[in-house]
Amino acid sequence: MLHIVNKSPYERTALASCLAHATKGSAVILIEDAVYAAVKGGAAEAELKLALGRVEVYALGPDIEARGMKGRVIEGVKVVDYGGFVDLAAEHRTNQSWL
Amino acid sequence: MAIEVADKTYETDEEGYLVNLSDWSEDVANHIAKSENIDLSPNHWEVVNFLREYYSEFQIAPAVRVLTKAIGKKLGPDKGNSKYLYELFPYGPAKQACKIAGLPKPTGCV
Amino acid sequence: MSEQGGEKGGMDLEEETSGVVKKFMFVNRKAPHGTIYALEALEVVLISAAFDQDVSLAFLDDGVYQLAKGQDTKPIEVKNFSPTYRALEGYDIEKLYVERESLEARGLTEDQLIVPVEVMSGEELARRMEEQDVVIGC
Repeated sequence: MLHIVNKSPYERTALASCLAHATKGSAVILIEDAVYAAVKGGAAEAELKLALGRVEVYALGPDIEARGMKGRVIEGVKVVDYGGFVDLAAEHRTNQSWL
Repeated sequence: MAIEVADKTYETDEEGYLVNLSDWSEDVANHIAKSENIDLSPNHWEVVNFLREYYSEFQIAPAVRVLTKAIGKKLGPDKGNSKYLYELFPYGPAKQACKIAGLPKPTGCV
Repeated sequence: MSEQGGEKGGMDLEEETSGVVKKFMFVNRKAPHGTIYALEALEVVLISAAFDQDVSLAFLDDGVYQLAKGQDTKPIEVKNFSPTYRALEGYDIEKLYVERESLEARGLTEDQLIVPVEVMSGEELARRMEEQDVVIGC
């Protein structure tokens, strides 16, 4: 399953809930304000790093650049463009948006 | 609405402001100025160019008070006053000059 | 206001409407591009400058992201309004307060902000909020 999260981890519990429910081998993509979760040095870093061993974590490049966070992404998080997002959606049988 | 300059059509809003900022050129500026009954002199261009620089730096068109102050800072007090600017642009230095400069209507223009 | 002396009363009224300066604070708590709050608030702030009031801006929680340097919105095709915070000085809006705890929780530092600000503790910011006549959350 591909999990899609678009809310800041500092404002909503969507990412925490998503990570608590994402099973081993599933993928999580951070888009819009959720990309802040992929930035180094924040309080959300530990939680995301913990999940990295279990799930694949992606972040949408255009949203990272728009927010001035380019070059500050946590190692292990794969940055993808819109095409990469489409590929991920196509590769997984199901997807879920954690709105 | 639209204006036509040298066989090209440019989209404007109902008040005559360019819809696409990238459509602006000196020819388009001259055309809009003419429709506002203004013959662009070097003094007009000084203000128009100032506005375009301000916009590219701050991504807004300045309110008239801010424009007046900023012009004064850059071009001196004899130009940084509303009398001078209203003589150049009788319908308001911010509104009219912004239109000619191809910018949106000033933010803070109430 | 007293009713005595019509003429004098009139003058008082005029002084009251044109002379009283209130303290307004805009409290920005939202990240810049995920919602419209930040951009709308900035426009209201610019308009408020026309009324010669004592305006301050507070940035806390995800609102501190509004001031992050290096924002490039071309890839998501929306307006980049972050340079506009630098225009506030020309509008005589110079009181920009940023909460230290919010910066730290997000791994941000003062030198990563696009405009000069006053970084302060949440406690100090709370005190400034108390001093206001009008507080607008956005």
